[in-house]
Parts: sequence; structure tokens; C-alpha cells
Amino acid sequence: MKMTNTKDRKCYHCGDDCGSRPIVLDDKDFCCIGCKTVFEIFSGNGLSYYYDLHAAAGSSPKPKAGKYNYLTSEVIVDKLVEFNGEAFQVVNLYIPHIHCSSCIWLLENLTKLHPSISSSQVDFPNKTVRITYSHTASSLREVVELLERIGYEPYISLDDYGKKKKEIDRGLIYKLGIAGFAFGNVMFLSFPEYFDLFTNGSGGPEFWLEKYKTIFRLLMFLFSVPVVFYAGRDYFISAYKGLRSGFLNIDVPIALGILVLFLRSTVDVIFDLGPGFFDSLTGLVFFLLLGKFFQQKTYSFLSFERDYKSFFPIAVTRIMDNGSEENVPIYEVEKGDRILIRNGELIPMDGLVLQGLAELDYSFVTGESDSVRKDKGEMVFAGGKQLSGAIEVEAVRSVHHSHLTQLWGNFDTGTHKANSFQSLTDSIGKRFTIAVLTIAIISSIFWFFFDSSKVLNVFTAVLIIACPCAIALAAPFTLGNMLRIFGMHGFYVKDTATLEKLAQIDTAIFDKTGTITSNQRNTIAYEGSVLNLDEESLLKTTLRSSNHPLSRSLYQLLREQDIDVLDDYKETLGEGIMGVRKNRRIKIGSAQYVGWPMATDTSKTQVHISANDNYKGCFSFETTYRPGLSSLFNSLSKTMDVSIVSGDHAGEKKRLEKILPGGSRLLFDQKPKEKLEYVKNLQNKGSRVMMVGDGLNDAGALLQSDVGVAISENVNVFSPACDAILDASRFQYLAAYQTMAKTSIKIIKLSFMLSLLYNVVGTYFAVTGQLQPIIAAILMPLSSISVVGFTSLATNMLGRRLTEPS
Amino acid sequence: MSVIYLLLSLSLGVAIIFFIGFIVAVKSGQYDDSYTPSVRMLFEDELVKEPNDKPKTEKNNPTK
Repeated sequence: MKMTNTKDRKCYHCGDDCGSRPIVLDDKDFCCIGCKTVFEIFSGNGLSYYYDLHAAAGSSPKPKAGKYNYLTSEVIVDKLVEFNGEAFQVVNLYIPHIHCSSCIWLLENLTKLHPSISSSQVDFPNKTVRITYSHTASSLREVVELLERIGYEPYISLDDYGKKKKEIDRGLIYKLGIAGFAFGNVMFLSFPEYFDLFTNGSGGPEFWLEKYKTIFRLLMFLFSVPVVFYAGRDYFISAYKGLRSGFLNIDVPIALGILVLFLRSTVDVIFDLGPGFFDSLTGLVFFLLLGKFFQQKTYSFLSFERDYKSFFPIAVTRIMDNGSEENVPIYEVEKGDRILIRNGELIPMDGLVLQGLAELDYSFVTGESDSVRKDKGEMVFAGGKQLSGAIEVEAVRSVHHSHLTQLWGNFDTGTHKANSFQSLTDSIGKRFTIAVLTIAIISSIFWFFFDSSKVLNVFTAVLIIACPCAIALAAPFTLGNMLRIFGMHGFYVKDTATLEKLAQIDTAIFDKTGTITSNQRNTIAYEGSVLNLDEESLLKTTLRSSNHPLSRSLYQLLREQDIDVLDDYKETLGEGIMGVRKNRRIKIGSAQYVGWPMATDTSKTQVHISANDNYKGCFSFETTYRPGLSSLFNSLSKTMDVSIVSGDHAGEKKRLEKILPGGSRLLFDQKPKEKLEYVKNLQNKGSRVMMVGDGLNDAGALLQSDVGVAISENVNVFSPACDAILDASRFQYLAAYQTMAKTSIKIIKLSFMLSLLYNVVGTYFAVTGQLQPIIAAILMPLSSISVVGFTSLATNMLGRRLTEPS
Repeated sequence: MSVIYLLLSLSLGVAIIFFIGFIVAVKSGQYDDSYTPSVRMLFEDELVKEPNDKPKTEKNNPTK
């Protein structure tokens, strides 16, 4: 296509930049051998349609030999598969890369790539694929390695271990279906009597209507029975629970309304007093369930309840006394075992380094992105990711007793979200119930003296018409819609209650590393003699081959260069890298590695460069704060107290003080436990706290706070347990989200007024004893629909604020 | 017997058949993933067309 003519050539497979010398096959550019191989696999198996469906949808595969060796162990496989039969196994794998229609198409055509796979089905919202394969002809390992080879590497963690297929609760759909079905039918059956004009006219009762109304009414009664006793069951249970704990929630007047509607209608029908309110009854339950259904929207591909297990591998390689290796499930690792940790693997338990140099990335525990180096004989703690080469570790504690697991256990048992939170709707429920009962009793007393035959009629009519259907709908629809709008803009909130809590926040606490600083883009200052063009090009080319995080950041920050092929490349673990091209040699790494004995400034992270053994200079990394940090803090500090609680040393204090508005508190050297205590103390003083963090070191504070927001660079991959996940690129909008949550509460309050208006009109009919079933049948849906309409309109208008450039 | 009984039982019968259909559909898990099938159904047509395109791309392969 045109791509080859344009200046910047993008990889046909993954869409990455190819540099100036891409690998060309079939007139198509590829950025690496991996991408080319995947293309060959696809086109060789008649799957080239993958590229037509969605351009550059692939990801470049990063296979690591031996990574999935543990999948040969029968014990482990048995714990992972959903179904383990004689001839075939079924496995449900989570694949984070699933993101477009191409992915669905390809993964559902896996049969073409491997003969022993008999079927595969993608669940797009959950990002999972369920694969059925013959395990006599193949194995789980082969299937997983195939997926890895084509760039769809599944994510298998300790969390999957022994987890069988989850039972999906479809109760609400059944209830909704039954209520809707009954509502529609009852509506039809009640029409004849509504359209009966004769009875009220001069002609007396209409003949045919008189003759058949019994059967019609009986049918309506039969339809309402399952609606009341099955579909509306939850309202009775909730009202009962509320009453028992001395608390009038919104479900009390609703349950009362349903019950009175049903009893009154049944009595009406039995004693031939009228057609009853069956259509209003079924309609009410249907609308209420619809609101519940709408509110239930969740982000199925995200998990808000992750613990360390989702980050731990299932198995590790144990080295036996005789030197042979075996894969053991992680829980079977005992004190004294020798464990092999390969490049890129996570250390699952505390241990001593026996062999090799450990360079560990603890970002997932501490949020600190700089790696830590540990030599032979030093202690390493669970949770670190090995970055350079393989190491051997002797387990000092088992997984259950390691530092990280213990820490997590403390959080879990020690803290619980305050359950005392009362939603806006429930808090209005109490006043509402009292008001309705008062009106009902007063008007009954009035009628008792005036016309005692109407007492029961009026009493029940008030309870029926005042049933707070529209009020109960306002919050689910407003907040449910807000949840969806936030989700579209990179802010994923767990549930609607969290949204209400967010609106009440008066204190915001931020973690530093990884939260207000970004992990990827470090600003880099270069000191030393200027590099010429050739050297710059060589530098970038060499960096390209390295997977070290510092190389990756430096690579991304250097300006575009011609990427050439290296003649020689060597990586010395923990020291640096060397690239050679046309007798030019460049060394990138530590000061000693490049031959510069004077270590300049150890407090900064530096990368030194030498070309042909002449020292050139060094790049110093500085932490970057996320864009918009200052303005975010400014707007937040108008409405709440803002503070930063960091686990780091106070080195950055001066710089932060300059950026942030005065009055923001800065605390450094805070351990996870201290962060949690800090949040707790504020809460005891009556503050409503929002904690914004990113790593497991914030996990306790996130759990303790009223609203715990996890910042994540990639929402699919990592986040500790929290109430909301915020896409890091939307960080500066946090204040806007909070204001919008507040506005949503105002919208709910306005809809309360609106629905009260209908209730006042309805109550007039009820109190004066003129409530006809047809009036109820018109008022109830009308109020519900206008509330739903109003809230949807208002929230969508509000949502536009996010799309407009601010 | 009056015709209205016949009509009522007919309409109820049809309604109940559809209702049972709904319950069966929910039970079989059709509502668990409401997004993927909407994409999947668009593939089928393309897939039939695909074998015609296939030889072309394969012919290209050995030449390079």
C-alpha cells in the first residue's frame, strides 16, 4: 500500500516505527524478525485477512524459552483447565492484548494454526479466550506457546491457580425478563376496561366486558404473582433487613408500595370492586429492576480486588540436589529450596542470592521504578522482578511467610471499608416513609369521620401512588450513566456508591513515585562533549537492542535517527552494553564500564557513554512530574486539603514545594503501614479521604480510604485493590471528575424534586378518594420516564465537558 | 365456546413460548457476553470471500 512511500514506515504487523531499514517481505515493512515471523505464520495459514480487518493490530512476540515449562506438570495443568476430560481439555485464558475485531477473528480461527485445537471462543469484554484442545495430541503448554508465538501471550498468574469456572449470577436478567413479560401482558389485559366508555356513560355496564372481565382479571392476577414473589423479592428482603437494624432505607416504602398494590388489587378483584392496579404493580417492578440492571454496569475486564496473587507466577523452577531442574507449584516451595529465577521473572518468596547478580525492579511493591542491585549472599524480598540474566536464590521463607504476603495479610484483616456509608437515596427514604405514612393516616382519619366506607380505599391509594419508584430510579440512572461516561474517558469507577463517596471527598492524599511522577518519561540532561551524527545514530541503534529499562527510556527520548544494523552487540549484565558498526564502537553503561573512574554524582541515575574508548559524557535522569500536576493541585486545593505522602526520601521536597500550591502538606519516608495510619487518623477526625496511589505500598491506604484511586499506565495490566482505576494519561482531569461527581449529586436531587411533583399530584387524587387504576397507570410510568429522561440528558450534557478541550 | 377464549389462549400460548425461549437463551449463557457476537457475525461473510483472495497472497510469498 501507500505506506512504503511515506517517510515514516510503520510495521505492517504491529504499527511500530520501523526506522529507516525495515525488514521487507512481500512489499511490507516489519520492525523486527518477530513481527515478520508472525506475518509468515498468518499468511501461510490463510489468515492474512487479519490485516484487512484492522490494520497493524498485532503485537510483536517476545518469546522466552522455557517460560512455560511448568505447564508440563500435570498437577498444575489440572488446576488451570476448566474441564479435564478423557480426550480433550478446556482452558479459559486471559489475554491482555485482545483489543479489536482482528483479535477476535484470529483467536477464533486458531484451529487453522494448530490441528489439535478443536474450537476457540473469545469473550471480548473479559479479554479471554476459551480453547478446547485434545491433550493427547497436544498439551496446554503447546497451546500457550503457540499464542505466545503469535503475539497473544496469555497472562497466567497465581490467581488462576485452582480457580474453576465462576458461576455467573443471572438472577437479575431472569427477574427483569419475568417482570417485563408480565408487565406487557397485564397492560394488554387491562386495556379493555380502560377504554370502556359505556360504564360511565348512560348505557350501563358494557355487556361483553361484564361477561369476560372475570377471566381478564384472573389472568392479570396470575401474571402478578411471580412478579411480586420472585422478581420483587429482593425489595422485601432488603426492607426487612433495614427494619430489623432499625433503619428506614428506600426499599421500605417500595416494598410497602408493592405489597399494598398487590393486596388491594387482589381484594378489588375478588370482591368485584374494580380491575385492580396490576398493570401499575408489574410496571413498577419492571422499571425498578431496569434501574438496577443499568446500575450494575461493571468493567468486566478490570479487577478492583486484586491482591499479590495476580502478580505471582504459578510455578517456579527448583534446582534439585543433583543439579536437575523441576517445576513446582509455588505453594510447595519450602525453606532451603534452591530456586532459579530467569530474566523477567518475579521473585515469589524472600531468599538469599546464591548465584548471579540480582537486579531487581520493585516497582510493583514500592512504586519506585529505579532498580535495586543485590550481590551474592544478599537478601532479596518477594515481589522483585529480575531484570538481568538468571539468578539462583535460596528460599529463606515459604511464600506464605514472606514479607510481602504478610504485609498483604495485615491489610486484609486489619482494615475494612467503613460500612456506615449511606447513599443519598437511602437517606431520603427515611423522611419519605414517615411523610407518606403521616399523610395516609391523617387522610384516613379525615375520611373516617366524613365517609367511613372510603377509609381503606384512601389509605391504600396514598401508599400506592406515593411509592417512590421515580426516586429509586434517579440515582441508578444518573450514576450509572456517569460511570459509563467516566469509563469512556479513562476513569474506571467500581460502582455507583463509590461515585457518591467521591462527591463528598474533602481530603486528597497522593503518593509520589509513580503517581504524580510518571514511570516512563524521565527528563534527561546530557553533560559532556557533543556527539556527532554518526555517534548519535550508533547510540540509538545500540540502545534499541537492549531491554534494560534505562535503555528503553533513553531510546525513546533520543531524537529520530537512522537505525542501522549493528556488526556486533554485547550486553554485560549489570554493567552496560556495547555496539559496534564499521569499526566504530560505543559503550553505554556505568562509569566503570565505559572507563570513567570518577563517579560524579551518585544520587542521580546516570548513564555514561564512551565512543572508541574515549569518554564522551553522561545522561542524567530526573523524575518527571505528570503534565498538569500543578494545575490539578491548584484546582483540588480550592475544595479540599491536599497532601503528598511518599515512601521516598525527601530529596525532591524543594522541587515539589515550588510546583505545588502553598498549604499542601508533604510527608516523606512513610512506610505502607504509616500511610494507612495517616489515612485512618484523618478519617477519625471526620475527613472523607481520597487516596491516589499506584503500587502495592499504597494498597493498605487505598483500602482504608473512602475512595482509593489507583493510577495505572496500562489499565489492563496492573493495579492494586482499589475503588477506581485512573488511566495515567487522564491524571490531570482528576479534579474535573470529582467536580462532575458533585454535579451528578445535584442532578439526582433535582430529579427527586421532579418526581415529588408527580407524587403531589398523585396524592391529591388519592387523598380525595378519586384514584382510579388508570390514573395510577398513567402517572407511574410517566414519572419514571421523565426522571430517566431528565437524568440521561443532564449527565450526557455534563459528560461533554470531558471531551471539550479545557 | 366463545371465540375470545380461543384468542386468549392462543395469544398467551405464543407469549409463553417466547418467554420460555428467553429463559432458555439466558440459561445457555447467550447474555453473558453481549459484545463479541455482534463482531463475530460480521466475519462470516468475509470468511467465504477469503479463499478467493488467499491464492493471490500465497503466490506472492515464494517470489520474494
